[in-house]
Amino acid sequence: MKVSSKIYCTLIFAFLFAPIIVLLIFSFNDSKSLSVFAGFSLKWYKELLNDRNTLNALKNSLLLAASATAISTIMGTAAAVGINKLRSRWYKRVMNTVTDIPMTNPDIITGISLMLMFVFVGRIFGASTSLNFWTMLIAHVTFCLPYVILQVLPKLQQMDKSLHEAAMDLGCTPFGAFFKVELPEMIPGIITGAIMAFTLSLDDFVISYFTSGNGFDTLPIRIYSMTKKTVTPKMYALATIIFFVTMTLLLISNVIDTEDSRKLKEMRKKQQSGT
Amino acid sequence: MNNKPVKRNSNSYTKALIPYSIWSALFIIVPLLFVGYYAFTDNNFAFTFENITRFFTATSNLQNPDGTMTEVHTYLLIFMRSLKLAVISTVICLILGYPIAYIIARANYKTQKTMITLIMIPMWMNFLIRTYAWMTILQDTGLLNKALAIFGIDPISIIGTESAVIIGMVYDYFPYMVLPIYSIMAKMDTKLLEAAKDLGCGTLSVLRRVIFPLSLPGVISGITMVLIPSISTFYISQKLGNGKFLLIGDVIEGQYVANNLHFAAAIAFVLMLILLVCMTLVKYVTAKYVYGGE
Repeated sequence: MKVSSKIYCTLIFAFLFAPIIVLLIFSFNDSKSLSVFAGFSLKWYKELLNDRNTLNALKNSLLLAASATAISTIMGTAAAVGINKLRSRWYKRVMNTVTDIPMTNPDIITGISLMLMFVFVGRIFGASTSLNFWTMLIAHVTFCLPYVILQVLPKLQQMDKSLHEAAMDLGCTPFGAFFKVELPEMIPGIITGAIMAFTLSLDDFVISYFTSGNGFDTLPIRIYSMTKKTVTPKMYALATIIFFVTMTLLLISNVIDTEDSRKLKEMRKKQQSGT
Repeated sequence: MNNKPVKRNSNSYTKALIPYSIWSALFIIVPLLFVGYYAFTDNNFAFTFENITRFFTATSNLQNPDGTMTEVHTYLLIFMRSLKLAVISTVICLILGYPIAYIIARANYKTQKTMITLIMIPMWMNFLIRTYAWMTILQDTGLLNKALAIFGIDPISIIGTESAVIIGMVYDYFPYMVLPIYSIMAKMDTKLLEAAKDLGCGTLSVLRRVIFPLSLPGVISGITMVLIPSISTFYISQKLGNGKFLLIGDVIEGQYVANNLHFAAAIAFVLMLILLVCMTLVKYVTAKYVYGGE
């Protein structure tokens, strides 16, 4: 790499990491200030552990993310299998376009649109507040689904289609062949998709903001209401913890992905030397 | 393809698509129809154009610096401001992001992986927190001014200005610009670049005539991925703009909080249509002049 490139990269990374470093450092600040470092202390972490509302929001977030991940992973994987085998071009095109919608629409529109429907349906049933855990779950599953599908579908597409027939020739039932042949191929995609869904759900603010109600707060919503008032470094402590948890999760998914592409390369090599 | 799918199988596989088809119809398509329905009805769900006309014609008085008043189109002005800030942020992201995507794509495999991870790390922090961190840095008594003071530079007041909002947008969405451009460039056939050089192209000319046209799909998806969230944001402007000026996302959020769902739907509807037209136009223009040209 040229020196000029190196300098340029350093500057960009400095810009990208400055706020994060500031945040990490000030989460250990002994004073309340967010611009003067008074000394090292863990008091904000301690205070965080005693903050009932935040811990409750964390619990809600994890519950929601886990449920949304489970539903969207199962439904999304099934959908990928279906889309892959679709013979009707028209149907395939419709499915691809529909899958694109939540990813290209601004979050605010996805959030508003779901909220309007929930409110409308709630009015029909005469409910005073129609937004709760379930509406949020529906919203989260909806925006997670495309990401799961887009992770699983390529694994199916790059698979050798004759493998399935071979398994059946060797005596597998169609169902058995699916579990023995297709499923193992899809697993890395399913895991990456599930991790993506989990982190997206945990991280989402905008869509949650419009579809939450009835006192069910997630962590980002709690952060939003915390930042409306003056903020203590407590929030920075929280951010630091979330940051490291997410980082661990994504590193795991990264390792799985690398492992997967390494295996694929080896397989291709074997195939090439075999023919 | 030489292998035809077995009909009996493909049928049972297609059944796996049923739950998702129903789900996406109910929770992707129907909600969008509801946006249209709310946009064109009043509080009693009677048909009206009022919400839409209000967006385009509502006026308010703006005080000039010299004390006189000017009548302006409230929502159109806000929309144009959102568009302006989003476009500026997107252009800055592109100018800063394109070279770095290029540098990363030309590095060796291991460096590529590390650098892409580094680009992605800020995304792993909630954008509310990232934005808030910038607020504490840019404040009048914040770290930026403390750092400037060390060098004897007078403090600058940046929070509450459009520049602060742009900094926030660029920071929050920068990775979305780099990643698609990088992934296209990493896949690019290096033989093409060598061929161009062999045929007498200089470095700049290779960049302009080979690399840039080939990387356009990445550039376009990068532009989409930065422009769309920045045009519709409502948190960045509240925190870094200090609530001094509204963006279109703020208006939608404000109407939602005030329970004016029909007007909120109308703004969302207009925003959606404008974005749809813009994106179709961008796709059409690139398809025609870049790939279909000559």
